Amino acid sequence: MEKPSIEQLNNICSQVRRDIVRMVHGVQSGHPGASLGCTEFFVALYFHQMKHYKEFNIDGIGEDLFFLSNGHISPVWYSVLARSGYFSSEELSTFRKIDSRLQGHPATEEGLPGIRVASGSLGQGLSVAIGAALAKKLNNDDHTVYVLMGDGEQQEGQIWEAAMCAPHHGVDNLIASIDLNGQQIDGPTEQIMNLLDLKAKWEAFGWQVIETENGNDIQQVLSSLEKAKGLLGNGKPVLNLLRTDMGYGVDFMVGTHKWHGIAPDDDQLAAALGQLDETLGDY
Amino acid sequence: MEKTLDTKFTYTEKKDTRSGFGDGFLEVGRKNPNVVGLCADLIGSLKMGAFQKEFPDRFFQVGIAEANMMGVAAGLTIGGKIPYTGTFANFSTGRVYDQIRQSIAYSGKNVKICASHAGLTLGEDGATHQILEDVGMMRMLPHMTVINPCDYNQTKAATIAIADYEGPVYLRFGRPKWPIFTPENQKFEIGKAWKMIDGKDVSIFATGHLVWEAVVAEALLREEGIKAEVINIHTIKPLDTEAILDSVAKTGCAVTAEEHQLNGGMGDSVAQTLVRNHPAPLEMVGVNDSFGESGKPEELLEKYGLNTANIVKAVKKVLSRK
Ligand SMILES: Cc1ncc(C[n+]2csc(CCOP(=O)(O)OP(=O)(O)O)c2C)c(N)n1
Ligand SMILES: [Mg+2]
Repeated sequence: MEKPSIEQLNNICSQVRRDIVRMVHGVQSGHPGASLGCTEFFVALYFHQMKHYKEFNIDGIGEDLFFLSNGHISPVWYSVLARSGYFSSEELSTFRKIDSRLQGHPATEEGLPGIRVASGSLGQGLSVAIGAALAKKLNNDDHTVYVLMGDGEQQEGQIWEAAMCAPHHGVDNLIASIDLNGQQIDGPTEQIMNLLDLKAKWEAFGWQVIETENGNDIQQVLSSLEKAKGLLGNGKPVLNLLRTDMGYGVDFMVGTHKWHGIAPDDDQLAAALGQLDETLGDY
Repeated sequence: MEKTLDTKFTYTEKKDTRSGFGDGFLEVGRKNPNVVGLCADLIGSLKMGAFQKEFPDRFFQVGIAEANMMGVAAGLTIGGKIPYTGTFANFSTGRVYDQIRQSIAYSGKNVKICASHAGLTLGEDGATHQILEDVGMMRMLPHMTVINPCDYNQTKAATIAIADYEGPVYLRFGRPKWPIFTPENQKFEIGKAWKMIDGKDVSIFATGHLVWEAVVAEALLREEGIKAEVINIHTIKPLDTEAILDSVAKTGCAVTAEEHQLNGGMGDSVAQTLVRNHPAPLEMVGVNDSFGESGKPEELLEKYGLNTANIVKAVKKVLSRK
């Protein structure tokens, strides 16, 4: 299948952002901030980088896998899953409502296609991704496992248990990314619990670290994912420091923790949608 | 419907129990200089901001690192501090069970584990956050006291009272705006059940948010001539077995109601008490071995069988077994 152009990918991003703010507005709860900030990353993965089948199979043999550790940014994932064919985009309107498959945080319990493990309680996704990457090796399946974490999430101890584990076991089919938006619930990460030099930390744990200077530039996201892929297969995992702006794409939501987990009201929704072209048709 | 109903307790205002915690925390901080606070990136959600602002030196933001928080809290007691930890109930218990078990409970440390967003009523965040097993985990731990107050006023009173009690406490509260139907500035006595409504036909033992549902159920039952006794089990451990046995000696049957799994919950404790001392028919309202899901609090209480209607139903069933 032919890969979409940069312009097409940007158009998809715009629609995904519309989906995000509409979903969160529709139920007056959820997490728009980092969902908007990570839109380019998700679109690059699902529409360009990953080999994946729309027919969902939980074991994912013969395809690339993605895990979301910072599960609260489910809106961007659900939108991208729907827009890439896992389920109808109409279902996005059920987000966070009772009897929905689109739980507040990603879950397997209701059987939503595309989700392989529950997340939402932070700090657990990297460990699961390591396990899935080890399973791929045991299965002689030479596809890649991707995982995304938050930067505030780096404060969880389990992340560093996992960080130690992957290089030790030569998990070199794994690309982990950190959404470096500098924000978490109570404020800037620097003030809440300073992460200091993440690059040096991950390198000291035995990872190959690459940096994406602007994670809201789809071209840059694609080239760093390409670069990351080139580093696989030599005994070490890859860590991608993905710098993004929380709330990117909606001017009044950008760069603040305030929009980490609140919903826009009617006027704010209208203002947000005014900044985002409807490219694929709203659900 | 609640408005026209002749309930024995009434309310004019609704507030979240977590705000009762936040306000009580500030007050106890003013009263007792040894009280200190810790929070894992949820200061706003736990309503700990006012304390932090007034006592910045006695407050520690630990970031998203709950296991570390429990250990640091245990350490702070060595030297006489009284740490109150704050995070969601799930991350206050399951995530840090062994840290609590070893460094706090087994070591007899005076830590107050303050847990918000307990149960289904946190709503839309869904099952990953809706812990329904926390009471079970905590009440199994030797030395641990488990408190689950019913409204804003009672939560505030409990938050203040636990500072004067020496030993580990698990204080459970929630997110939804809930009727305030108990008195302001009430005295909170740990371990002492509160008989809120006298009755003779059936004993309803309720805890947390479901105490209000029990109060409404009592009024509905009274309209049908059934006299229910409503007892507020704000302290699940130590359980006030005397109050339970006294009540059931009179009524001859009981219903328990809680926003928790049936397995391991307050109802289990009541059942144990009855079976060992005074076997009597018992029906239990609670979540029957399933996880929760996203939805509005009222929708979830309805779907998972925890509201007034379910208490009424359970009463009728237990009466038929008498
Ligand atoms: C174990 C755990 N503790 C606390 C929370 C509550 N929580 C949800 S998101 C969040 C902040 C996460 O920060 P970050 O990873 O930077 O994500 P961002 O705010 O950038 O979306 C917190 C504390 C949680 N979900 N899980
Ligand atoms: Mg962040």
